[in-house]
Amino acid sequence: MDPSKTPKTILEARNLGFQYEGAEARALRGVNFGVERGEFVLLAGPSGCGKTTLCRCLNGLIPHFYPGVQEGEILVDGSNVTSMPTSEVSRKVGYVFQNPENQLFALTVEKDVAFGPENLGLPRSEIRERVDWAMGITGTTELKNLAPYELSGGQQQRVALAGILAMKPSVVVMDEPTSFLDPVTAEEVMKAVDDLRLEHGITVIVVEHRLDLVSRYADRIIVMDSGKVVADGTVQDVLDGQFDQLTGLGVGVPRVSQLWAMLKRDGLVSGQTPKVVEAAAEKLGGKLST
Amino acid sequence: MILVEDVSFEYPSGRGEALSGVSVKFEPGEFVAVMGENGAGKTTLAKHLNGLLRPSSGRVLVDEEDTRRTSVARLARKVGLVFQNPDHLLFSETVRAEVAFALHNLGYAGKTIENQVEKTLGSLDLTRYADVSPFLLSGGERKRVALAAVLAWEPEYLILDEPTIGQDYLQKERLRNFIVQLNSQGKAVIIITHDVEFVAEAKPRVVLLSKGRVVGEGPADRVLSDADKVASASLVKPQIAKLFDQLSRFGFPRDVVDVHRAKQLLEDRLREVSVHV
Repeated sequence: MDPSKTPKTILEARNLGFQYEGAEARALRGVNFGVERGEFVLLAGPSGCGKTTLCRCLNGLIPHFYPGVQEGEILVDGSNVTSMPTSEVSRKVGYVFQNPENQLFALTVEKDVAFGPENLGLPRSEIRERVDWAMGITGTTELKNLAPYELSGGQQQRVALAGILAMKPSVVVMDEPTSFLDPVTAEEVMKAVDDLRLEHGITVIVVEHRLDLVSRYADRIIVMDSGKVVADGTVQDVLDGQFDQLTGLGVGVPRVSQLWAMLKRDGLVSGQTPKVVEAAAEKLGGKLST
Repeated sequence: MILVEDVSFEYPSGRGEALSGVSVKFEPGEFVAVMGENGAGKTTLAKHLNGLLRPSSGRVLVDEEDTRRTSVARLARKVGLVFQNPDHLLFSETVRAEVAFALHNLGYAGKTIENQVEKTLGSLDLTRYADVSPFLLSGGERKRVALAAVLAWEPEYLILDEPTIGQDYLQKERLRNFIVQLNSQGKAVIIITHDVEFVAEAKPRVVLLSKGRVVGEGPADRVLSDADKVASASLVKPQIAKLFDQLSRFGFPRDVVDVHRAKQLLEDRLREVSVHV
């Protein structure tokens, strides 16, 4: 396809609202945003703020599987998710659940990863290729003959991610995708996802409390509170302009940013808040060598 | 005290030893973090502490009782284990009923149960959800309900498997204060975690596991600032430790892992610098 003819916006929420059946309050209220193709968006906010509900809207689980009242609309690639069959939504939007056990069901890891591509009706050789590729980049190849229930939480999380990547969706939505992973593996997985984005133009939306893990990759952060969007901008701008609001909401700002904010409050440093260790070391190093 | 003595364990499915010659002890009132890579054997070790698993060789003594000769029901009064995944534990219709369940089983009187439930819900910021179904709550909230359900009977040793997963920063702060409070009542809290930033701030004693063996043990600032130790367990140094590695050329110590100590050290130096300018 001619890239100049592809619309830049891949996801759009227009005045989106949702109330679960039996719940007393709305989980989402008047949510508006657009996401461009190839963006890496971090979705943050206190526990219970509506992040997971928003993810469920993005891939059509809401309203197809969760009963409740929806307002507004959500568009993927220009089509309304609500009126698309879930099978079609799932080709475009891959969803990695918070709890990998909700996702894995096949008898072996390999079969689980192959399930998605098989259901897309792809030729056998293509399925083989995708499964090997997805297991390779998530480091799950050696687990291929094991049953999902035999795996540790972290291993399950990587297998769940492999299953989604094998579908080659245009958007990957990940709800705390590395929470069960040890830090080295977590960094490897985030790096692999970012490489995919850069190579294949996949759009990535990650729900994460820990900014330190993703602030290196994310172009943008959307912060939610009580079902509403309360901040939306580059990670740098939000760290600089809304730092106290972020910490007030329990967003885990990088420790080096926190340290900087404390020093800044005492008038000892000034300027942009560093979001990664290297930047903090450089800024402080500069100060200390004067 | 819980004494783990030269414990090895192999699961029946036989993929080699999950624990190999592990010796470690947990004292009353202590705060310990067991850290290590995925599959290091952390959860397997935790399940040995309340008798859910029994060693293939070696032994585990809980206040001098050998877990191989004691029922799980009896050990559970002393050793409470909160699983990583709250959905393995939750099943009641309301949060209140969930928290009361074990108290009923342990045979407490109605009034005691009521008081205990209210107290526990309050301390974990769950009172407003008392009459709600646990399954309507978010992942992070369900995790706190699972914790409340175990905490309600006040076990002497509390083991929390990955308690910070899905918790925002404020909830982590609350968890930390809560652990300090439990410690001050003489209760031991053992957390299993990958969360180096949480450990760097909360500063428990750290036990590092890798491939079923203990590869390091000591105070959090010493262990987490030791590059070799940290790498051996697939962890990464906390951000502040990485920063102080790079600042060591200005004469700063390397074993700084938490924001508050970092601030103190930098504050003094930055003031000197600004005076000279």
